[in-house]
Amino acid sequence: MVDFAGWEMPVQYSGILAEHRTVRESAGVFDISHMGEFFVVGSGSAAWLDSLLTNNVTALASGAAQYSLMLNERAGVIDDLIVYRLGAQSFLLVVNASMIEEDAAWLRARLVAGVEFENASADYGALAIQGPSAGGIFKKLFDREMPAERNRVLRIGEDFVVTTGYTGESGFEWLMPAGVASSAWRRVLDAGAKPCGLGARDTLRLEMCYPLNGSDLSPERTPLEAGLGFFVDLGKPDFVGKAALVAQKAAGVPARLCALRVTEKAPPIRPHYPVWIGGNLVTETTSGALSPSLGEGIALAYLPVEFSKPGQEVEIEVRGRRFRACVRKKPLYHKET
Amino acid sequence: MNVPENLRYAESHEWILVEGDTGTVGITDHAQAELTDIVFAEPPPIGKKLAAGDVAAVVESVKAASDIYSPVSGEVIARNEALEADPALLNTDPFGSGWIYKIRLSNPGEMDALKDSAAYTAQIGA
Repeated sequence: MVDFAGWEMPVQYSGILAEHRTVRESAGVFDISHMGEFFVVGSGSAAWLDSLLTNNVTALASGAAQYSLMLNERAGVIDDLIVYRLGAQSFLLVVNASMIEEDAAWLRARLVAGVEFENASADYGALAIQGPSAGGIFKKLFDREMPAERNRVLRIGEDFVVTTGYTGESGFEWLMPAGVASSAWRRVLDAGAKPCGLGARDTLRLEMCYPLNGSDLSPERTPLEAGLGFFVDLGKPDFVGKAALVAQKAAGVPARLCALRVTEKAPPIRPHYPVWIGGNLVTETTSGALSPSLGEGIALAYLPVEFSKPGQEVEIEVRGRRFRACVRKKPLYHKET
Repeated sequence: MNVPENLRYAESHEWILVEGDTGTVGITDHAQAELTDIVFAEPPPIGKKLAAGDVAAVVESVKAASDIYSPVSGEVIARNEALEADPALLNTDPFGSGWIYKIRLSNPGEMDALKDSAAYTAQIGA
């Protein structure tokens, strides 16, 4: 067990490699009860969220979810989150565990008339069921078909069930009142999912090049540098960080978050390993792991834009020795179809 | 948990088998179970001089890199080359084909500071 934002959480149950394979081949379940849940309701809620987050909330349909970002005035990332639209004037925000207090304080400080904000993080447990067999588990649990589309939000009793995830596999995330979370966990195991820990969650998301806030995202890096421009609507009237993003877009981004894959036999890559190009130290890895699916070291790193094209050769330093790696197109892992 | 009686153990979960002036060093069954899924091992180079407690090798699981400390002082005289191709030997046969290096002891008296199997068993609560 490790401490994760004040939560005691398992890195692994049966082993990271086995859990990773389970999610790629059948179905695994992750306890994500540490994630934060905020409710935002009121006649002004959509406009308010649009003034604070990068993605377009007004364009989001009821019953749908979208990935979005909360930025500082310099357009650096405070947090990344999922916005659920529950109704015309009702939203649920799912935020990173380590950022719950900071995010809540930041949002409360900007409250306007016509918007109510509630931090309900302590009231909800959450499970992520992920993998090609997740649809069958959904059917056993809820006696209906799992929506085929991604980012669908269902209200089932007091629970929220959303076809989202952090693994690149099909599946869903299930939020329920905290008091019934442990029985929900047992029901998911009975339905055939294998328990998976933080370790596999990290290798699965890294193969997909999904960023992790605090590692790959930071208040010093913008979503354009992180390759998340798709989730930023610069056509909106205004939002915190927009001016800085417009300026950065005009000037050109200085660096890009690149996917790296080791091209020779090397030790596993870890975060904060130095990255060299042409004999010069240029940056460090922000995430790194041995990819269980690829059998090779993979990493993310912010590279100066002139070195950020796929095919660029780099070297990653491990304990004083440098190993060859190459910039690859994202994602690093492609599902065989 | 397997804790062979013919070995001596360091508190940091290495074992050593001494034959004459030569010791063979590896990690214990308990250590490999804690690490799980070992995917990389870097034994020390032949000729390297180690003091007891020095970092002798690195083994890495998917999640983390772990230092392996030399239980005794001496000079490395062999390294297990098989671990490069098959680091999982550390998981499957930690007291046998998963050995890491052999060392010529420069101070055999250091063996007295290591634990016997009963003391190590007590340490890990097995």
